[in-house]
Amino acid sequence: MSIVLPGQHVPAQHVNLKLGPGLVQTVGNATSGASTSASIIATRAGSLNHSANGSKWWVENNSRRYVPAPQESVIGVIIQKAGEGFRVDIGSAQPASLNELAFEGATKRNKPNLKIGNLVYARISLAHKDMEPELECFDAQTRKSEGFGELKGGFMVRCSLGMCRQLLDPKHFLLPLLGARFPLDAAVGVNGRVWVSAKDVREVIAISRCIESVDPDGGGMDEAGVTNLLRTLGL
Amino acid sequence: MRPPSPSIPEKEFLFTALKQSLRLDGRLPLELRVPTLTFGPELGWVECALGKTRVIAHVDAKMVKPPPERPFEGMITIHSEISPMASSEYEIGRPSEEEITITRMLDKVLKRSDAVDKESLCVLAGQRVWHLRLTLHCLSDAGNMLDCACLAGIVALKHFRRPDVEVIGDEVTVHPPSERAPVPLSMHHTPFCLTFAFFPDPETSPVLDPSQLEQRLSTGLMSVALNAQRELCVVQKLGGVPLSMDEVLRIINVAVIQAKELDQLVDARLKEDWLGRNVELI
Repeated sequence: MSIVLPGQHVPAQHVNLKLGPGLVQTVGNATSGASTSASIIATRAGSLNHSANGSKWWVENNSRRYVPAPQESVIGVIIQKAGEGFRVDIGSAQPASLNELAFEGATKRNKPNLKIGNLVYARISLAHKDMEPELECFDAQTRKSEGFGELKGGFMVRCSLGMCRQLLDPKHFLLPLLGARFPLDAAVGVNGRVWVSAKDVREVIAISRCIESVDPDGGGMDEAGVTNLLRTLGL
Repeated sequence: MRPPSPSIPEKEFLFTALKQSLRLDGRLPLELRVPTLTFGPELGWVECALGKTRVIAHVDAKMVKPPPERPFEGMITIHSEISPMASSEYEIGRPSEEEITITRMLDKVLKRSDAVDKESLCVLAGQRVWHLRLTLHCLSDAGNMLDCACLAGIVALKHFRRPDVEVIGDEVTVHPPSERAPVPLSMHHTPFCLTFAFFPDPETSPVLDPSQLEQRLSTGLMSVALNAQRELCVVQKLGGVPLSMDEVLRIINVAVIQAKELDQLVDARLKEDWLGRNVELI
């Protein structure tokens, strides 16, 4: 693992090279083909990672402002009903649009009943720098909800983007640790929002405080620290 | 872009939690986040943090000619910079209602409450007075930026020391800090600002030092500025729920206790910092 800065050349080389977030191939050299290694530059500061065989490369860092990317799951707040869909705040520079037919089982007659202020768990279907991002609440192939849709009740915790990605990692300690103590529902959006729901208000507050203290952006508590914190909360 | 108002689940959860007297950060309803004060290398440079709300205050002094209508008084100006860095709800060049409220309240608490003895800032009547410039930079807003900014401002004024001056006849000599120890400002008192948030449900008790979510979901805020000697300087309540007299008195009594605690904390921190500094000089 090495640290890269924006504009720095990255020695990524593979026959079937795939670039992840934070890396671009500059257009000028790409046509020549031969010097691909010099034409890949980083667009943000962070640690450079690559897959075991070196075919996938990406830059990892922590930030607070979300930039939409296709196929990412996000949590949004409905801010407006607009024509045949909704405008959803996903924490990015522009609000995203969500078509009312992009739900499981939705037809022209049977539309989802969402109010302004409702939370939705959705996937970004289109993210282009010159266009408004678009969301969908189902899998476009199977037309099944796959867990997406309205999030009822519970509470939404805001955290840094790095924390969200950590929570999505099945090896991360926090959610299993909390789940071992009390039943909980959680939906993690990569846009810095985590929706949690538990039976008791105290439990939800405990989850929210744990996420906040584990967040590398403000504390970065480890497993022992969280166990202690939970003990002081009486859970 | 102003962020949209909090979502329905957030609102409902906060209200149910508050009804049970539980707050999201584990505080009691009338508990203040413990302020963290960090002093810079210069005198009069303070960073104040209330949780994730952070404000930097900086004082500098200049010698100017006083205005003819007030020849015996020094001047104080407050520059508060609330930029989008603090939160996306603030915009450059277009102050929102909230920003204006914060700026005006800062002016009332720090300047018009006569915390600094202006006459002591006079060097030579009608000729030379000190002009204090207090700059407040709001770095991040996680709720209750007003109290944080007031605290930062007042601590900066207490921490600041101006160069010593000597007047012989009409001649004014300013001694640099290396020659003569700089002198602290003469302060009449130290006002602290405390903000309470009220909620639509009458059974929910008011909360002290609201977080950003609490502040945005509240139906009204009431700010009380007072000092440890139980002297009330400013009470500000702009609209919101009507309050009975008993309730206002109850809140002020809470504020009195908190102001005393804040005063002790500030004094202890200033003393600690000053002791550390003397060691450096030797």
